[in-house]
Amino acid sequence: MKSAVIVFPGSNCDRDIAVALELVTGRKPAMVWHRESELPDGTDFIALPGGFSYGDYLRSGAMAARSPIMAAVRDAAARGVPVIGICNGFQVLTETGLLPGALMRNAGLSFVCRPVRLTVENSQSLFTAAYDSGEEVVFPVAHHDGNYQADEATLDRLEGEGRVAFRYRESVNGSARDIAGILNDAGNVLGLMPHPERVVEAAHGGIDGRRLFEGLLETVA
Amino acid sequence: MKARVFITLKPGVLDPQGKAIHHALEGLGFGGVNDVRAGKLIELDLADGTSDGDIEEMCRKLLANTVIENFRIERTQDA
Repeated sequence: MKSAVIVFPGSNCDRDIAVALELVTGRKPAMVWHRESELPDGTDFIALPGGFSYGDYLRSGAMAARSPIMAAVRDAAARGVPVIGICNGFQVLTETGLLPGALMRNAGLSFVCRPVRLTVENSQSLFTAAYDSGEEVVFPVAHHDGNYQADEATLDRLEGEGRVAFRYRESVNGSARDIAGILNDAGNVLGLMPHPERVVEAAHGGIDGRRLFEGLLETVA
Repeated sequence: MKARVFITLKPGVLDPQGKAIHHALEGLGFGGVNDVRAGKLIELDLADGTSDGDIEEMCRKLLANTVIENFRIERTQDA
């Protein structure tokens, strides 16, 4: 798998995802600066990392979504290349329009930073193939703007089309229908607020996130 | 030439910040507040001749997220 991690000014989980990808795939991802306009040839997986791109100015992910590299990411997504956006990466994906809805300030207004229990709602996707549907996993969250909102029709469509990939099993941030992660209509773009890359080895206190990357490796490679 | 862009949450979109401000006002003893919605004001200093269409495009492409926000443009005179 030839993966690329997009690095924005203010990204701070770019190293975490790079370490997780190297651990699982055996290959270092290309770190691609946001000012680039092209992805390395043959890129077959793209990760938008967590962090606070541009200091969350204007809206979380708003500036990053308009950076030069995002045109290349949008083109790759349209060609079917799998794209994952974690935390700030999820915010960037909604701001880019690759995923519907928006991530707003947490309902409790607090920054939430702790492990949370999630349900894998759909195990048929590229990203969740190594999980069972309905399985409980624990991933950490660390965000201030993770309150997923969309209009009722969009929420119904996401549910009806099996595009809710992960759902919180506990109250976290006020997200509509406890949505933690969603897929695009083609199923090759996943955005989620929790951090699977932070639970890939025993020393992390859990390995529930590891299978996301293992499953991907199997489908992509 | 200057313009002000007012960005507000669409009606019906939950506004946790507005709610917190509302509670704080009540805590200070201001009883008559029915609701609070928080938004943004962006002031633009623009080249003469910038059209309404240009400003609208700025709003749609970056300044507002039209999934959740409305915007209103107000042209102002230089002070």
